[in-house]
Amino acid sequence: MLRDMTLGQYYPANSVIHRLDPRVKLAGTLVFIISLFAFRSAEAYVAATLALVAVIRISKVPPKFMMRGLKSIIMLLMITVVFNLFLIRGTVVVRIWKLTITKEGIETAVFMAIRLIYLIVGSSIMTLTTTPNNLTDGLEKALRPLNKIRVPVHDIAMMMSIALRFIPILMEETDKIMKAQMARGADFESGNLIQRAKNMVPLLVPLFISAFRRANDLAMAMEARGYRGGEGRTKMKPLVYAHRDRMAYLVMLAYLLVMFGANRIGFAARIFGLS
Amino acid sequence: MSIIRGRKLSYEYQRLDEEGNPESTIRAVDGVDLDVQEGDFVAILGHNGSGKSTLAKHINAILVPTEGTLYVDGKDTRDESQIWEIRQTAGMVFQNPDNQIIGTIVDEDVGFGPENMGMPSEAIWKRVEESLKAVGMWEYRAHSPNKLSGGQKQRVAIAGVVAMRPKCIVLDEPTAMLDPNGRKEVVRTVQELNRKEHVTVLLITHYMEEVIEADKVIVMDQGKVVMQGTPKEIFSHVEELKARRLDVPQATLVAYELQKKGLPLPDGILSMAELADELEKLRGQRG
Ligand SMILES: Nc1ncnc2c1ncn2[C@@H]1O[C@H](COP(=O)(O)OP(=O)(O)OP(=O)(O)O)[C@@H](O)[C@H]1O
Ligand SMILES: [Mg+2]
Repeated sequence: MLRDMTLGQYYPANSVIHRLDPRVKLAGTLVFIISLFAFRSAEAYVAATLALVAVIRISKVPPKFMMRGLKSIIMLLMITVVFNLFLIRGTVVVRIWKLTITKEGIETAVFMAIRLIYLIVGSSIMTLTTTPNNLTDGLEKALRPLNKIRVPVHDIAMMMSIALRFIPILMEETDKIMKAQMARGADFESGNLIQRAKNMVPLLVPLFISAFRRANDLAMAMEARGYRGGEGRTKMKPLVYAHRDRMAYLVMLAYLLVMFGANRIGFAARIFGLS
Repeated sequence: MSIIRGRKLSYEYQRLDEEGNPESTIRAVDGVDLDVQEGDFVAILGHNGSGKSTLAKHINAILVPTEGTLYVDGKDTRDESQIWEIRQTAGMVFQNPDNQIIGTIVDEDVGFGPENMGMPSEAIWKRVEESLKAVGMWEYRAHSPNKLSGGQKQRVAIAGVVAMRPKCIVLDEPTAMLDPNGRKEVVRTVQELNRKEHVTVLLITHYMEEVIEADKVIVMDQGKVVMQGTPKEIFSHVEELKARRLDVPQATLVAYELQKKGLPLPDGILSMAELADELEKLRGQRG
């Protein structure tokens, strides 16, 4: 199971979304997130919901995988809802002792919850349909302009992909050392926090030594194979935009226009007192 | 023409004390003259700490001699401007397969060297295909290296070097961390590269089975080259090898013990088949 870490949450399937250029997916995620913050009318959210459902269907990733990401934010979600529910003033709907729930509170709480859920689901579509390596490549190429202001984009991307390669190896090693220490009577599970932290020391020391040795070896192997940074380096799998990628950008533009329109309708409706 | 030519090559490691001042020096390689002919399969033997790895790192210009010179395919390794060509001419495979595979997918790792050389993508793909096929790992091109066996990983590492089309490959104990099957796989791959593609091979190893078929054997001790010759010549000196704390092939050892007991066997028997033949001859003479 640990060995599969390299793939992150990637869910392999044969869909157009999977085949899209990672840059498109990065841009799409960004557009979606921005649209959630920029257009806040109910009509706009209906449009966003439709778009989200459509993309999920096209991606062929089972919705339950999308929901997995939500588990990690469930606390945040609850806190947000509770705070908004009780702290916003307005027309009181329910009163429990000193706490009041207002109409505005309910609206904001629901709105915030939906927004948070959409944010997480929206970005998990990207990580579920793109291998981490592909994502790193996309980031490298998309952020290349930052080179001009001396951000070492290539080096950061290289570090990310090496980390991806070595995380599972180091995890396995941690496991091995842990078992070896446990066989000699080490105890990683009982005691209070400080005690447990102390017990981790004999685990971390050999792990760090090994990680440094590996880093040293790897640097030498990379040099031996002619690595000298990003300059003059070509790509075996270069990112090239295909027709579908251009189409995807158009779809994004259309989405933004629809959201804009929906938002306008929402506003107009409110101003003229139609809703 | 020698593809590798070293003259009075020495290398000293500096050991630094806590303030970073040189405390002592270790002469890991000491006045080595080295000549390797193009297309040769050379095995390097030596006890732990005899300087084999240090010497190997010179051939790839990871280290440069503190004294003396080393020419790889006519290029001086001290010349910084030629360093990338030297690294392309002489590839290097290390002991631990996990610490030399860079890519998260087999084909991407093999493409790493050609990418560094700045080749166009189609040419890289061709090289990747060629080299993965040469080591018999083409079917695994889309796998994650983490899921391969040790021997397979090491073959991927070899393919990564082969993809740069080096004239010479230096392998520093590539089989030390493998099981017997993995060892056989790797050695067979290396021998095939040497025979079919005429790549010059320098193989550092502790396993005698891997030495028997070499064209030439070099024995190192305390930084010096102390013996050189064909496997037959080298393994004729069992006493000397033992004094240098080295193993000899099993058949050689048996023949040596029999010789000591008075059987008139020739020196330098390398394989059990050879030993059986010689014993058969002896029996013929007696009976
Ligand atoms: N980075 C280093 N810093 C200081 N001394 C070193 C370093 N690497 C090696 N040495 C020393 O140089 C000598 C030769 O080491 P080297 O690794 O070349 O031997 P080796 O023949 O490859 O041994 P082994 O069979 O164990 O791999 C040893 O005495 C070793 O302690
Ligand atoms: Mg060594």
